[in-house]
Amino acid sequence: MLSELRTLWEVLKHTFTKAETVQYPEEMPYLAPRYRGRIVLTRDPDGEERCVACNLCAAVCPVDCIALQKDTREDGTWYPEFFRINFSRCIMCGMCEEACPTYAIQLTPDFEMCEYDRQNMVYEKEHLLINGVGKYPDYNFYRVSGMKTASKDKGEALNEARPIDTKSLLP
Amino acid sequence: MPMIYVDGQEIEVVQGENILEACLNAGLDLPYFCWHPAMGSIGSCRQCAVVQYQNNEDTRGRIVMGCMTPVSEGARFSLKAENATEFREAVVESLMLNHPHDCPVCAEGGECHLQDMTVMVGHRDRRYTGKKNTYRNQYLGPLIHHEMNRCIACYRCERYYRDYAGGKDLGAQASHDHLYFGRHEEGILESEFSGNLVEVCPTGVFTDKPFLKQYSRKWDLQSAPSICQGCAVGCNIAPGERYGKVKRVHNRYNNEVNGYFICDRGRFGSGYLNSDLRLDYAGIKNPDGSFFAVHQQQALDTAAGWMSGKKVAAIGSPRASVEANYLLRELVGAQNFAAGFSDLDAGLMSSIAAILQATKAQNPSIKQMESADAVLVLGEDVTNTAPRVALALRQSVRNKAFELAEQMGLPAWQDAAVRNLAQDQRSPMIIVSALDTRLDDVASSCVSLAPDDIAAFGYAVAAALAGEQTDNPRADATAEILKAAKNPLIVSGSSMAHQGVINSAAAVADALDQTTSMLSFCVPECNSLGLALMVADGSGSSLSDLAKRASKLDVLIILENDVYRRGDKSEIDQLLSSGAKVITLDMFENSTLDQSDLVMAAASYAESQGTLVSSEGRAQRFYPVHSPAAERLPSWQWLLRLACATGHKKLSKLAHFDEIVAACSQSNPLFAGLVDVAPLNSFRDRGSKIPRQTHRYSGRTAMNSGVSVHEPQQPKDDESPLSYSMEGLNRDQPSSLMPFVWSPGWNSNQSLQKFQAEVDGPLKGGPSGVRLISSTQQGAGVSPQIHKVILKPHQWHLVPMQQIHGSDELSAHTDEIAELAGRGFIAIGQKVAEKLSVSEGDGLLVKQGEVECSLEVRILSRVAKNCIGYSVGFPEAQGLTAGSLVSLEADKKWQRSGPEMIASDKAVFEQVIGGGGASNV
Repeated sequence: MLSELRTLWEVLKHTFTKAETVQYPEEMPYLAPRYRGRIVLTRDPDGEERCVACNLCAAVCPVDCIALQKDTREDGTWYPEFFRINFSRCIMCGMCEEACPTYAIQLTPDFEMCEYDRQNMVYEKEHLLINGVGKYPDYNFYRVSGMKTASKDKGEALNEARPIDTKSLLP
Repeated sequence: MPMIYVDGQEIEVVQGENILEACLNAGLDLPYFCWHPAMGSIGSCRQCAVVQYQNNEDTRGRIVMGCMTPVSEGARFSLKAENATEFREAVVESLMLNHPHDCPVCAEGGECHLQDMTVMVGHRDRRYTGKKNTYRNQYLGPLIHHEMNRCIACYRCERYYRDYAGGKDLGAQASHDHLYFGRHEEGILESEFSGNLVEVCPTGVFTDKPFLKQYSRKWDLQSAPSICQGCAVGCNIAPGERYGKVKRVHNRYNNEVNGYFICDRGRFGSGYLNSDLRLDYAGIKNPDGSFFAVHQQQALDTAAGWMSGKKVAAIGSPRASVEANYLLRELVGAQNFAAGFSDLDAGLMSSIAAILQATKAQNPSIKQMESADAVLVLGEDVTNTAPRVALALRQSVRNKAFELAEQMGLPAWQDAAVRNLAQDQRSPMIIVSALDTRLDDVASSCVSLAPDDIAAFGYAVAAALAGEQTDNPRADATAEILKAAKNPLIVSGSSMAHQGVINSAAAVADALDQTTSMLSFCVPECNSLGLALMVADGSGSSLSDLAKRASKLDVLIILENDVYRRGDKSEIDQLLSSGAKVITLDMFENSTLDQSDLVMAAASYAESQGTLVSSEGRAQRFYPVHSPAAERLPSWQWLLRLACATGHKKLSKLAHFDEIVAACSQSNPLFAGLVDVAPLNSFRDRGSKIPRQTHRYSGRTAMNSGVSVHEPQQPKDDESPLSYSMEGLNRDQPSSLMPFVWSPGWNSNQSLQKFQAEVDGPLKGGPSGVRLISSTQQGAGVSPQIHKVILKPHQWHLVPMQQIHGSDELSAHTDEIAELAGRGFIAIGQKVAEKLSVSEGDGLLVKQGEVECSLEVRILSRVAKNCIGYSVGFPEAQGLTAGSLVSLEADKKWQRSGPEMIASDKAVFEQVIGGGGASNV
């Protein structure tokens, strides 16, 4: 009896509070920068594609909606030949972003992805790739990794010594 | 069997094994790097540390290396003791000091033993703040990619490449923490087994270069148990496919056949599967010679229309499965079926099949060959004709070392100690050949003789073994060696294209007294022996018979066979252009196909299933890795549908692969074992089929969404117990159904030990494949036929040289293999070269009657008198026949290929000229 009265009271009380509902789309809700919405592929500070086609995002994706194929540039660096996300399957869980070792794949505060044709929910690399660094302005994977690239020789990555002269007898 | 105690748990162990093996056998996870089941222990990586206790009262114990400590009754160990786990973690931490930050762009990532071990020991945070050592990479040829920064200095590569595979051009350089594994200069790795470095290396220093070009992670590959089609050895392989392309081939463990290793032709020679030249659709020839594509049914109806009530003959193929050949033979009748061997090969193969069923010796598996303590090789360059057998022969010469070790009480796995003890002492291996072979470096003696003399030598050895007097002291010495051996092995084969050599090998085997003596023949193609067994009753016809009857034929069906490689061009022209309608089933455009009226696009071995009979007589099943692309069909399906379309009485009752196998096994007593080769289509493991995909196969809902967002059903496989799916378990199934190896915590190929019943032993799923023939032990009873060829002055005896790269029809279509194969060549001795005043790389005109070939000169170190070798199967050498007599003259118009430079000169050259470097590392 008491709990029923209490329930009635609580409901009545809410009649006079301010509504949380907003008049979307006239009124846009605030979405935090780390909101998990539409996925993008970012570029490193030098303007190169960050994605190295390591396949970790595809592996971790619980709905298996990411498919890509690795290819190699002339200098030996890796990049995706194609990179496809089937957004009609995507659940915006953000695990791909967590798995990404190069900060290439990032989720953005955009959820407005309605389409009349489901096929249009399939995004290829040209749709995903943005001209910016996204949330991580400074990171460039190839400057850290010990792999030779066109702009960086062996031994020039972070914390690396010059290549060893194997013919030297010095200790 | 002794008992040991590990963390209080009582474990039964095998006397003589070490703690690491004992732990792995017991299913315990003990990390390791440098130990390898095929190569033993050297204790260099310090990773498998365990604590050993003196007795029950000892609570401190001391740290010992698991791989270097033999088990003993009642010994007490701990894996979980704190000092052991801390030690192992510290070892990984120190190995990681210089490891680059590049797993995402490393082809080993996801199947990396170093990753697995790092996770297993629990190392996570890097404490070292100093700089990492870096190294320059080397160009190691088109097959192997080098990334030296990733090295953890376990020495496995060097121990495999030099000690196990006998390579000379890869080794450890520099010292302390500057250790470098590579060649003395950049260049193509010389060993025919270099590809195994990819699997031997526990991290990503050596990776598969062709795979790297079209890379996918291991978990994304769809794999199936398959059999290598590169030669007749029948190595078990596991090709991996994604996006419709076969991306790589990995070794599939079979204890009795290939073990852990395959050759480079097997590993890298499947690139042709993705070639643009593959046929996608059936085609009917237009009057102008071009083909127009037709649907499968239209092709079948056309063919059936041509065939009804007409005289039909057919040519089978030693590179097609037993089932496809069987269907074709039944379709046209045994008397109208030619096996598809060249006339010479047909004779050699039928005699080999007969000898193997009658010889007093056993026909050994590769595992058995490794136990041989004396080997006689008659006329075969095994490394080029049956590469995996050569690797086994290299191990067999080590039996002397193991014998010495046993006398000293040294366990065989004490690798460094055993090698140190034996130094250069090896079990005897006598190689009798016309030209030098790639096994010469481990042979106790090499005898250079012309093919006829090899046969004579063999007969002389047989005579000496029988106690007769011979006038050949070397044959006597060989007979003595064979007599003294416990497990003597005779290896010969068909590559000399010489009946006498084969017969003499059989004679030697018959003359041996030992019940454990072995006789093995190298035969040319993956199903040569299966086909020879099929036509063993002598009912079939030969290619030249068919050519003679050609004008009376209405239809000729050719199964996966470029008959221009099998016979004289004029004869084949007569066969194909006699007016009979020619129907060809094949994968590739070739000369035979150009002459056909109707072409059916056959699926490759990666898209179809079938049984192959290896040179050991072992029937093994291969399964499709992916479903056929476009309108390709497996040959057996084409032929079965054709039989139904023509209303064939017997065959039109068959509908499924298993029914064909059953019918085939009933048709011929030699094929009785065929039904037991692999489980039936109805086989289920815990209610489901065996998955071809890993449980982490990614991108299922996106792979095809580029074409349509509506996801298609997974392809169905109605013919095999494997599914194109990730559902089901890949565990404990029969070994012939093992598509890949993976176990929790063990993502690399080292997870194999979880599938083995014991370390280095058979698989838990039992043996794979069935041996179809066993010898009656009556003796082959061959009679010596000794010919002597009389040479005119300036005439040479042409000896065929099979090449691992280039001689095989299909693998030569692979870019990397073609690069390694180079141009067709003529191989001569130094003296002949001086006489003709040519040197390596020059051109020689070889005249054999009407045929004239211009070939590159190669100089050999060991050549029998009046013999020269030529590269078989190369387009440049087409028309030359083995055993013929030829004349030579220097080719004046010859253009030498570009200058060869050593790497240091190349660097200078590039600095001066500034041209595009060869080193694209």
